[in-house]
Amino acid sequence: MIARLSDGLRRALDSDIFYSFRNSPLTILSAVVTLIFFIGAFFSPWLAPHNPFDVATLNLMDAFTPPVWLPEGNPIYPIGTDDQGRDLLSAIMYGTRVSLVVGFCSVAFAMVLGVSLGLISGYFGGMVDSVIMRVADVQLTFPAILIALLLDGVVRGLMGTEQHDNLALMVLVFSIGLSYWVQYARTVRGSVLVERNKEYVQAARVIGLPSVLIMIRHVLPNVLGPVLVIATINLALAVITEATLSFLGVGLPPTQPSLGTLIRIGNGFLFSGEWWITVFPGIALAVFVLAVNLLGDWLRDALNPRLR
Amino acid sequence: MLAFILRRLFQSVIVMLAVAFVSFVMFNFVGDPVNAMVGQDTTMQDREALREKLGLNDPMPIRFARFVGNALQGNFGLSYRTAEPVGRMIAERLPATLELSLVAATFALIVGLMMGVYTGLYRNSWLSRLFMTLSLIGVSLPPFMVGILLILVFAVLLGWLPSFGRGDVVKIGGWTTGFLTVSGWKALILPAVTLGLFQMTLITRLVRAEMLEVLRTDYIKFARARGLSNRAVNFGHALKNTLVPVITITGLQLGAIIAFAIITETVFSWPGIGLLFIQSVYFADIPVMSTYLVMIGLIFVIINLIVDLLYFAVDPRLRIGGGGGH
Repeated sequence: MIARLSDGLRRALDSDIFYSFRNSPLTILSAVVTLIFFIGAFFSPWLAPHNPFDVATLNLMDAFTPPVWLPEGNPIYPIGTDDQGRDLLSAIMYGTRVSLVVGFCSVAFAMVLGVSLGLISGYFGGMVDSVIMRVADVQLTFPAILIALLLDGVVRGLMGTEQHDNLALMVLVFSIGLSYWVQYARTVRGSVLVERNKEYVQAARVIGLPSVLIMIRHVLPNVLGPVLVIATINLALAVITEATLSFLGVGLPPTQPSLGTLIRIGNGFLFSGEWWITVFPGIALAVFVLAVNLLGDWLRDALNPRLR
Repeated sequence: MLAFILRRLFQSVIVMLAVAFVSFVMFNFVGDPVNAMVGQDTTMQDREALREKLGLNDPMPIRFARFVGNALQGNFGLSYRTAEPVGRMIAERLPATLELSLVAATFALIVGLMMGVYTGLYRNSWLSRLFMTLSLIGVSLPPFMVGILLILVFAVLLGWLPSFGRGDVVKIGGWTTGFLTVSGWKALILPAVTLGLFQMTLITRLVRAEMLEVLRTDYIKFARARGLSNRAVNFGHALKNTLVPVITITGLQLGAIIAFAIITETVFSWPGIGLLFIQSVYFADIPVMSTYLVMIGLIFVIINLIVDLLYFAVDPRLRIGGGGGH
């Protein structure tokens, strides 16, 4: 068992992908940055210096403390506090966690939906295929952010603003996921059209396996490579979309702030000189998105045999 | 070619009908229009009478046909929020958005082309590397962040440019324009840069990639061997052949610019249709939302159509083929 594990590890370290990873300093840097964000976000209750949601520890006297390198800065709050005296660094860590949860969930939703529809579309063809693909075509004419906004508005109309606020996270995942499935569906469908006629699929069909089993167990593993690349870049897009929706005021409420909500809150204090409340969450968002994008670019090149 | 145009027109109509159907479904099944129109104390009989009068009890296909008929005449119903006709609300705000989008697209195209050609020709100079790094950052910064940073630098710290509104506008017929006043232009700069930045980086990268591709080809080497000036080779031969994908992307991005104006207009309190749309999402004002959807759909379809037709103007090979291709 251990021998097999170490064998697997050695092969992974020997592989082309790891080789190209080791030889790209920029990729290593982005991987490290991404990892720092993941750790800082998911362990924020233990790592963050303060709990920004514990009202008992908040002190309004500390509100609008500037970053520590400015006069009046306070070393307890390294990058300052917001209008309610919350430590900005802690708020960013908690906010990143919310942003990442929404990002991951909506990518997972979009992926499951898109991959299943793509599999069905490519495997069965015919009427089902043309219906799914025409819907995809029409949806692709519109930017994803617009679709997400419309879905959000429709859900709001169906359940009322108050209930919407309680379920904001679910609504966001639903709206963002539903606006990004097309890419997966088209990619998977394209690959399935190629795989469908290969001998192993025909063999599986001859021995009488049900279609669902053939699709999931035999076709799916062979079309997953590109899906992984799309998912990585999609994570950055989903996080941006969530931040944009929250910034526009239709995303997460201030009681459950994501990075976008923090930027929105801080935006109100831009003119009175408290720039740090909006700039630092913005930088955090931009750095994270840049790192994930670079990782996605690298993954695309590394998995693409034509470029090797 | 005529067959191609007709086929594209037919497809456009189908897409528009699909968009109109989605819009119709939103209109009819999200929220109750009768509830939005009557007071609390209206009796059930009165409500039912109103439903009958509005034709809400008719079969779906008839209601859809009526919806499309009304939309074609520019009648999109009343806003749930302000009780004004939606068509008029949008018409009032359309000029602001169109002017902003137009300036943003022009900015993106001109600056993007220049930067793309430069980075393509001198790919290893330090200025090129700077441009490429900047474009990478430009892609990663969310549009609203760009707007906030620009406001912080140029409006708050330097105080050179205004950060909200359109400045003074001049009314010409039904069209309000900010192009004729100094304050109008000043108010336009920051929003237009914010809105066009993403497309600018996109065009830069695209033109650069295409230039690198084209400069490797034999006919460029041949043109140089004939002793043509660098200028003639770079612009007459190389740039011209990169333009087909650039036209496609720019055209398609024009639609995206109009849609992304939602974000820019919110950041800069720009009184256009994007701001109207965001407010309607916030209040679940379905008539405004569905009208916006139909309108954006129409703009996208028209742009797609124009882009397809432009191919014939730019690429002579398509004209010979008669459009029977793919």
